[in-house]
Amino acid sequence: MAIAPIVDGPSIIQSSERRIVVPTNILTGIVLAVFGYWVGEQLGNSFLLNDAQNTGVLLGYSFASIMFLVGVGFANYPLARLFGWRVTPQPAGDDHTGAWRYLNLSLDHKVIGVQYLVAMLMAMLFGGIGAMLIRTSLLVPDPPIVAPDKYLTLVSMHSVMMIFVASAAIVGPFGNFFVPLMIGTNRMAFPRLEALSFWLVPPAIVILLAAPIFGGFQTGWTGYTPLSEQADQGFDSYIVGFTLIGLALVVSGVNMLTTVIRLRAPGMTWIRLPIFVWGVFSASILGTFAAPILAAALIMQGFDRTLNTTFFISSAGGSPYLWENLFWFFGHPEVYIFILPAFGIILELLPHFARKPLWGYRTAVVGLLGVTLLSWFVWQHHLFMSGIAPALRPFFMFSTEMISIPTGIVFLVAFGTLWRARISMSVPMLFCLGFLFNFLIGGLSGVFLSDVPSDVTLHGSYFSMAHFHFTIVGGEIFAIIAAIYYWFPKMTGRMLNQTLGKIHFWWMMIAFNMAFMPLFAAGLLDMPRRVSTYAVDLQTLNDWVSIWAFILFASMLFFAFNVIWSWFFTFKVAPANPWQVRSIEWMLPTPLGRRNFEKIPVFTGSPYDYGNPGAKPVADLGGPSDLGRRGFGAEPVPS
Amino acid sequence: MNRTDRTHALRLLVAWAVLSVIGVFIALQVHLPPGDQSTQSVDETSLLDLMLVISTPVFIGVVLFILYSAFAFRQTGAVLEDGPPNHGNFRLQVAWVAITAVIVLLLAVIGISGLSNSAAATTFASSQATLGTVGSAGTASGHRLQVQVIGQQWWFTYRYPDFGGVESAHLMLPVDTNIEFHVTSTDVLHSFWAYQLGVKADANPGVDNITYVSTVNTGSFEVRCAELCGIWHGHMADPNGQVVSQADFATWIAQVQKDDVGISLPPYSPIYFPHPPVKGS
Repeated sequence: MAIAPIVDGPSIIQSSERRIVVPTNILTGIVLAVFGYWVGEQLGNSFLLNDAQNTGVLLGYSFASIMFLVGVGFANYPLARLFGWRVTPQPAGDDHTGAWRYLNLSLDHKVIGVQYLVAMLMAMLFGGIGAMLIRTSLLVPDPPIVAPDKYLTLVSMHSVMMIFVASAAIVGPFGNFFVPLMIGTNRMAFPRLEALSFWLVPPAIVILLAAPIFGGFQTGWTGYTPLSEQADQGFDSYIVGFTLIGLALVVSGVNMLTTVIRLRAPGMTWIRLPIFVWGVFSASILGTFAAPILAAALIMQGFDRTLNTTFFISSAGGSPYLWENLFWFFGHPEVYIFILPAFGIILELLPHFARKPLWGYRTAVVGLLGVTLLSWFVWQHHLFMSGIAPALRPFFMFSTEMISIPTGIVFLVAFGTLWRARISMSVPMLFCLGFLFNFLIGGLSGVFLSDVPSDVTLHGSYFSMAHFHFTIVGGEIFAIIAAIYYWFPKMTGRMLNQTLGKIHFWWMMIAFNMAFMPLFAAGLLDMPRRVSTYAVDLQTLNDWVSIWAFILFASMLFFAFNVIWSWFFTFKVAPANPWQVRSIEWMLPTPLGRRNFEKIPVFTGSPYDYGNPGAKPVADLGGPSDLGRRGFGAEPVPS
Repeated sequence: MNRTDRTHALRLLVAWAVLSVIGVFIALQVHLPPGDQSTQSVDETSLLDLMLVISTPVFIGVVLFILYSAFAFRQTGAVLEDGPPNHGNFRLQVAWVAITAVIVLLLAVIGISGLSNSAAATTFASSQATLGTVGSAGTASGHRLQVQVIGQQWWFTYRYPDFGGVESAHLMLPVDTNIEFHVTSTDVLHSFWAYQLGVKADANPGVDNITYVSTVNTGSFEVRCAELCGIWHGHMADPNGQVVSQADFATWIAQVQKDDVGISLPPYSPIYFPHPPVKGS
């Protein structure tokens, strides 16, 4: 990468004055990624290890990811600093303009939010197609429509893809876009890390999608050894793709925590923090501290596959239990990375659409932080049947059931807010109520799984599969869709069509429950998870599920149609505050400028102070002008 | 609390009470697995029943609340109006937390007592040879019938160390017997799930994972693998497990001993390792 030194210019250097001989953009990134893959593969294979060429593929993916990031432009700043060239002292905004900047490295948190949203919807589409193929195969009990190895590859790719989506689809799009707005800053604490947390995602998705080239992998998302030892190089996609997502979680988590702790505008005290920010904050705690364990464990698996280490190989002194524990020590906080920001969304939206203050704000915060804390102490409930020490099981059973208490608080706060409210039944509110219903079923079925004696029957069956689909699809995805309907006007400047939205809600709600409710019965009737074939007498049930799953998928396509139609083919700019709510992001104009706030705002009231005629506005947008120089989102580059 | 609060609350309470009674009555009619073939499955069935009964009123209450507020607490006029500015009720919050805590404690106590009844007692005895004591099928005192369950890609075989380590492709158990399963694997992780018996234990290579069951009723049961173990995981099912009378079992095991042929495995051992370590092809 040749970067010419910047000639002397004005004291504040515009980003466009950086002369870069090879332009860094997404096309350069793709070319360099292909080159990087080739180099890595050649290098890995040249070691001539007895590793079934896993080294080549692993190094290929790793080099491709790194070179992609270099090509997109992440090396410009460090290289320039390394060679002593003059660089802009602060995040310089975008090298690119117009729609093109959405396809390239941008340090604007709003651009990153939109990038994340589109990437996550795309990934959700890939994962959804996987689900449809799975359900197609399960139309017939035996012989399966899809051969067992392909079927398990589909299951594995669907699950890993959806885990990618679930871990980043709230903090990524909405956290990045709205947390800085809600706390009154112009940027995140580390804009480059913020961009990095996004640009790690596309390589992860592409690498995961590349798995079938090498025969796929048949391990599910858990990747248990020794089964993974048997897998082809397709499993290397799992290792590298998942590691990249783990890194994205850490990077984004550190950034969010720092931003919320350090960059709150004056008046934005901890007890005034919007509950959505609390949700993102608690998920970021988990992401920061849980995801490194995943990355480390995955790298250990990579070493087992290539360098003949034996961390997880029982015949050579390692232990599959080590993998199980490392994986779930990450894996259980991970599911709260999914749901905590979803709680945040629901509790954020309820007051605005119920036109009432958030009932029991402090209790809600305690609930969110309680889940955050407890989530570290429950991971062995995934291993009740694995042969863990029996003395540990009562503890993990109890800690798992304890999670019901803070989760119950979230429901209480929701109920208190709904009590005698003036609910305006718009599309986001419908999805919030749908969330409460679906998550209730997910939560209650979780209690069935938490008690060891009942878990003997339910563990590893379709019952647990139905349980986590109710929490993740019925819970988190419903919250995401509520958030999309709610915030889309601010993010894109276009209203989503509300009539189509209402149709979408009922379509999706009914299809989801029809598709997943019978799966509890399938589990109770001894149908294990991840089987390509099943008992003949369960065919009617499975066909019913498959047909409703197709209808559910169609509802998502209908939603995609609404998004694309409203975004690109309606040409009316949405009003600045279409929902007439108090929160600060709606006080700002639509579309937002490059700088969120010309002057750093001073927060004067709560965003949820409805029904109080004397309530102060949330913030004074014409705040003191000199604060910009004191570190509150200081940003010298003009827009 | 003013009059309207009380009216709404009263309506909800009455509806909840009525519907809960109906709901619990229906829940009690639901027939849940795994059944009554062993004391363990009896325990599990009653625990599942209990949980269904406890969760039914909770479910009805929450759904009722959502539906009621969706209809009763709607915006009515053309102009958006705000609700009453309630910021919380400390006593109600404490009460709610206390109630959930009591339910949780109750469930935990029931679950833990179920565990100490060895309803699902699985013990971990990695690589310690506890098998191999030759004796008769112990019906009463002390000795349990030892059965080794060996997961392989893609079936389970069963060895009876009490009878010289003979091997069978189907699991046959005597009724009214305390049984001690030693679950292990020769390759990858499997999970031994005898559905009607109410037993599930992972099969790990190099580990002797012990679980107990006490048969009380004769009948057939299904054995499945409950842990993803490779491409034929879905086919790793055997509907021909049987709990038979002790006399039938004695006849059967004598026959197996007579024509004992090693089915697929290396010589009898309490644990197995995958050998050689397999890497991707």
